[in-house]
Amino acid sequence: MNITPDNESLVPEISMRNLDFYYGKEIALKSINLDIYWGKVTAFIGPSGCGKSTLLRAINRMYDLYPGQRAEGELIVCGKNILAKDVDTIGLRAKVGMVFQKPTPFPMSIYENIAFGVSMHEKLSRRQMDDRVEWALTKAALWNEVKDKLRQPGTGLSGGQQQRLCIARCVAVKPRVILLDEPTSALDPISTMHIEALIAELKKEFTIAIVTHNMQQAARVSDFTSYMYLGEMIEFGRTDDIFVKPKDKRTEDYITGRFG
Amino acid sequence: MSEHLLKQFDNELDDVRARLTRMGGLVEEQVRDAIRALANLDGELAETVIARDAGVDEMEISLDDALTHVVARHQPAAVDLRVLMAVSKTVTDLERIGDESKKIAKAARKIFDRGIAVATPQTVAVRHMGEKAAAMLHAVLDAFVRGDAAAAARVVREDKEIDQHFRTITRELVTYMMEDPRTISSALDIIFIVKSIERIGDHCKNIARDVIYIVKGRDVRHLSLEALEEETRAP
Repeated sequence: MNITPDNESLVPEISMRNLDFYYGKEIALKSINLDIYWGKVTAFIGPSGCGKSTLLRAINRMYDLYPGQRAEGELIVCGKNILAKDVDTIGLRAKVGMVFQKPTPFPMSIYENIAFGVSMHEKLSRRQMDDRVEWALTKAALWNEVKDKLRQPGTGLSGGQQQRLCIARCVAVKPRVILLDEPTSALDPISTMHIEALIAELKKEFTIAIVTHNMQQAARVSDFTSYMYLGEMIEFGRTDDIFVKPKDKRTEDYITGRFG
Repeated sequence: MSEHLLKQFDNELDDVRARLTRMGGLVEEQVRDAIRALANLDGELAETVIARDAGVDEMEISLDDALTHVVARHQPAAVDLRVLMAVSKTVTDLERIGDESKKIAKAARKIFDRGIAVATPQTVAVRHMGEKAAAMLHAVLDAFVRGDAAAAARVVREDKEIDQHFRTITRELVTYMMEDPRTISSALDIIFIVKSIERIGDHCKNIARDVIYIVKGRDVRHLSLEALEEETRAP
């Protein structure tokens, strides 16, 4: 689905062409065609089981870890079809980071939580690593809260802080794309607002795709919204249009709470 | 439109629509009675219209309050959001139409108090113009309830006729005043009355555009009549 530019140039960072996804014999995504634009937040909404998390997990080939799961078609990330056999998935995941529903800090100090991933991809001096950790924690709006306890365990932080730590860990390896899979569904409203404010900051430097069950969250944080149902992309468009005048009756029924 | 999963949301939206219909009905009655009071030289009816305006104002306040609560509780989207935004603006237009009716009734009272018979040709024309405006209001409220964009577009077109009436009557009155300066006071009152009716037409036009916004999702406020009609024909 193409979007007419609205006095701005939209550069696709991720392009899906006839993308199918299978869990064994079950088809979970049916011929998805979609562009995710650079520096924009794209939200995926839809009822449980519609394929939105599957789609997100395809973008960094998370499904490789599970036998029997496969994707077909084209999924182009930064100019390369990442469904090709010879793709370096470690390199891909450095370019396309992911944050999950429940905060997943490593059982290490706050500092090491950030440094661990970075050291897998880059050789940095002690000084450079200190700078990187501070930079990533600052980007994740967590630095001021943790700068005096960097050596304490990451698991000792509050839920909202742990989630921002995970975002900092993701940002630290300097990805191009950040995938957020229901990043606030386990958080209280204030922590949720912190994450939403952070998303608005992060999109200045990264492309963001977010799966959320909270439609108002999609309306608040995203530039583009995609409504999915039963593995199909029903509608994709500017968030301003989707939430005021959606084109498809099914989208309208879902976002107005008439879905039943 | 199918129902919401949350029945309470449907109930609250139904309540907003019902209140708007009641307010629209009352305001339409105000317009018709104000015009009838003027045409029939009925001072008592003019007083009734003036007194009833407070009821219109109360309805405006309580409807706006209900709207605020629906928005706060349900964060409406898409067609629900468009309906509530449009209701909010329509309420303002209805209240203004109520004010114009009151002004007409007051001007009528002034004319009766002065005891000078109103020039007959203008009375007939003014009554005709007033009835036309009341019919427009009826049509646009009907279009609102039925979600009929084409009917709303017809109301926008009809406003041209109201404007034409206004120009014709004022031109005649100017001639009248020049011929007999003793008619100036009455003629000025009549001019204020037709100005009020002309404004009622404009408010009906605003409501009609809100109806088109609900149905089509397009803001047609500053489009030409032709472009607006084109927009309502689009799928």
